Parts: sequence; structure tokens; C-alpha cells
Amino acid sequence: MVNAIVNVPAQAKRGEVIEIRTLARHVMETGFRRTQLGELIPRDILTSFVCTYNGTEIFRAELHPALAANPLLTFTTVATETGTIAFRWTGDNGFAVTETATITVT
Amino acid sequence: MSARPGGWLAAVACILLSCPVTAEIPLAERRSGYEFMGRETRAMQDDDVVNPGMLWVLDGEALWNRKSGAAGRACADCHGHARASMKGVAARHPAFDAARGRPVNLEQRINLCHTERQGAAALAFEGRELLALTAYVARQSRGMPVAPVIDERTKPFLEAGREAFFRRQGQLNLACTQCHDERWGKKLAGSQIPQAHPTGYPLYRLEWQGLGSLQRRLRNCFIGVRAEPYAYGAPEFVELELYLMWRARGMKLEAPAVRP
Amino acid sequence: MTTTRRQFLLLAGASIGAATTARAQLDPNVAAQRKAALDAALRKVVGDAPVRRGRVKLDLPPLIDNGNSVPLAVAVESPMTAADHVRAIHVFTEKNPQPNVVSAHLGPRAGRARLATRIRLADTGTVIAIAQMSDGSFWSDSAEVVVTLSACLEEGLI
Repeated sequence: MVNAIVNVPAQAKRGEVIEIRTLARHVMETGFRRTQLGELIPRDILTSFVCTYNGTEIFRAELHPALAANPLLTFTTVATETGTIAFRWTGDNGFAVTETATITVT
Repeated sequence: MSARPGGWLAAVACILLSCPVTAEIPLAERRSGYEFMGRETRAMQDDDVVNPGMLWVLDGEALWNRKSGAAGRACADCHGHARASMKGVAARHPAFDAARGRPVNLEQRINLCHTERQGAAALAFEGRELLALTAYVARQSRGMPVAPVIDERTKPFLEAGREAFFRRQGQLNLACTQCHDERWGKKLAGSQIPQAHPTGYPLYRLEWQGLGSLQRRLRNCFIGVRAEPYAYGAPEFVELELYLMWRARGMKLEAPAVRP
Repeated sequence: MTTTRRQFLLLAGASIGAATTARAQLDPNVAAQRKAALDAALRKVVGDAPVRRGRVKLDLPPLIDNGNSVPLAVAVESPMTAADHVRAIHVFTEKNPQPNVVSAHLGPRAGRARLATRIRLADTGTVIAIAQMSDGSFWSDSAEVVVTLSACLEEGLI
């Protein structure tokens, strides 16, 4: 199952600021909704997102129920070296998903 | 005009079927629901990287290539690359199915293949797998004109669908045409009434926070006028889908679209 | 213009108050509870430090089709060097059942202090973005969004 779409430029010049866009598949159930019969639907959200570049953390975010379902996160980083950019989402009920992308820096 | 026998009857029938009943929107004035959305929602649809519907399309791609059922076949085994073989398919569904003697929509068509050709259990309507496959197949027709085939076989079903569109129903006693032909563009509870063309299905509805089929949206319409909705896959729904696609003929397919 | 945290909160409170009287949609008790929650959340991040308006640009559509998915972008003016950069961007809302939206942690490797996402807004109201700088200062921006609702929903069927 596709858990996330990540968009990282395949190539960049050293020192260039690149934009990274990520789209995770998650219902982000707020925990505030009720069923038609009045029962509270339990919270089930992504709580944390970490992005590493060749192992070094370059971006981190704490996520809350106020983010839309299938959350989009767009941020920037400096293209420092060729390598792997890794993305990890963790959340309620032991949810954990990782995606990676490679970048060639010249 | 025509020299064929019974030509004048055909001409009258032609006029009755193709000439718009007073309320119908003139072809040139038709506009996709896309044009009634805000700028930001449109941007969400236009960019595949941020369009949440693409999560389902990519899922569908994986399912397309996965062997399944007693026959151990993947869609790809018979149909090859979907980009080529599925081009135009979504644009002409619902389509007549000779074996069943009636039109079937895209979801039903996929299920027929899944059960009869792959020997697998039927996929549930609005389930993850059927939505993903439908989204993937529909994506291959993106940009193409909506073109359901209307001939002697499908005409009776088109008429049934048209009748349903013009029929008052529900506690609110409203017909589809009253909002979507006569009052499109006007406000209903703060949002604009679109013309109700199914050019983007299956689509990501912000209200559902997920991808859904045209039938799911039609069920919402029925609930909106407080009428009891048909079950998924009901023939009445397929007839209505056929009419809606015919009503949108020539308009560009946008699947997977995003709507509020 | 420098404002102390108290003045900032008073300003936020006044705008919220004006918003509440102009479009009174929330039960006043609920509105008060949510405002208190927002104050507590702000205090947790900012402490007693002053929060200044400026350097932060919060981009939100003034009116949105559906509160379930509101595109949000935050940009902060900063050279993003080791000596002078944005450490974190925090986003809050006033009308949601809980005030936190997202907290992003950046650093000099970000190149630019920018974040974009999609948020949920329960109701028409204010969204606040606070940037925490490497020198310990706080800067902010806020924006008002009018939230409309789609017609013909799924509710009504059990």
C-alpha cells in the first residue's frame, strides 16, 4: 500500500535550497468526532514527522489533530551532498512509516 | 428532411431526445465543478504531488500489477500497460454490457473482470481496493472528452436516468434539475451550487477527507433532499450515472479531481 | 513595534472578541474555554518572553470552501545562518477544540524558514503563527479565515 508520496528534486547544485514536499496517507482522526449514535470516535493521528539527510536530522515536526487528513508537509533544505533523504512518520496506535528519496548533488 | 422511411418519426424522436427540455443547461454554458471551487482547492487538484487522490492512483497501479484470484492473473497480464489499454475507458462508462443486457459503470466493469476473468471474490463498493483500481483506470482518461456511447441499446437506460434527474423525490420533494439546471451558481447554505457534472470521479472530497465514487456522492445528494438512497450498484444509480455522463458529453475528464 | 506578551495577548483577545460579536457562532462558555486553552498553549511555547509582530508571514485564504482542508503557508525572514536562524515555527488556532496545529523545528540546514501544510478549521476565526529565533526572540503573524461548509453531506444515515 502506498503510504506516502515524497517529492525531492533528483538533482541539485551544492548549496542550492531545494523544496521537499511530502504527502502521507493517514485519516488523522481527531478524537473529537462522534458517531451518529453519539459515541466518541477514538483519536488516531500522526504525531511526529522527522526528515534526515544522510542520517542528520534536517527537519522535525510535531503534528496535532488540527492537521488535515492525508497531511501535506512542505519545507526546504540546503542540498549539501549526494545521498539519501529519509522521512519517518509516527503516530497513535504504534503507527510508523518510512520513505526515502535519493538526491545527486553536483 | 431525411429520405429514409420513417424519417420524420426518427427526426421527432431525435428532437425529443437531444433537444434540451426547457431547464437543461445549453451545451456551451456547461461548466465543471472545478470552476466553482476556490483557487486553493483548484491548486490541490492541478498538482499531482499535492493531490491526495494520487495516493489511491498509486495504490491502484500496484493492484493493477498484482496477481489475484483462482486464475492467478493480474490486470496487467491481459491489459498490459494501463496507460495505453485503459485510455478512454473511464470516459465512455457507464457502458453497455451485452451479457447482462444493461449498462454497467466502471466499478462494476472492474468487478466483473475481477470475478469472471481473475476468479477472485468481488471487491466491495467504496472499499480501498476498488477505489484504487477505479482511480488508476480513470486517471488514464484524464483530459479526454466524456463520451458515453448512446445507441438503441443504451437509449432506454439513458431515458430512465433522465426521468430520475427530473423527478421530485424525498421529504424536500426536490428534483436534481431544480438545483443543478435551474439554480446552478446560486448559493445553498453558503456554498455555490455546481452544475453536477461527474467529470472528476472518483474524486477526493474534502468533506469525506478521502476518495469516493460518483455513487457515494449521489447518495449524499439523496440524503440532502431527505430521500432514501439506493444501495451501491443499484441499476437506478447506473442509469442516473449514464444520464449525467451524457449530460456532460464533451467536457474534459479530470479524475482524480478534488472537490469541497 | 514592540509589544509585550501581555499586550499581544490583549490584542489577540480583542480581535477574537470582535470576531465573536461579529459572528457569534460558538457558545460563549465554549469560546472562553478555547481562548483559555489558546493562552495556555501560547504560554507553554513563549513563556514570559515578549512576542513581536513582524518578520513572519502567514498565508491563508480569506475564505475557504471547506474547513477540513485549509492550505497554510508560513515564511519567516531570516538569513538562516548558524548565528541567526529560525529554531521553530508554531501554529495555533483560536476556535478549534484544541489550539495546537503544528510545530516545526528548523535550523541553519533549512536554507529558508518556510513551511506549508493543510489544516483543519472548525470555525471562522484567527490562526496565529509564532517563530522562535535562535537568539531567543519570538515573532508572530495572524490571519483571519472565513470557513464555509459544503452542502449535501453524509449525515442523516445511521
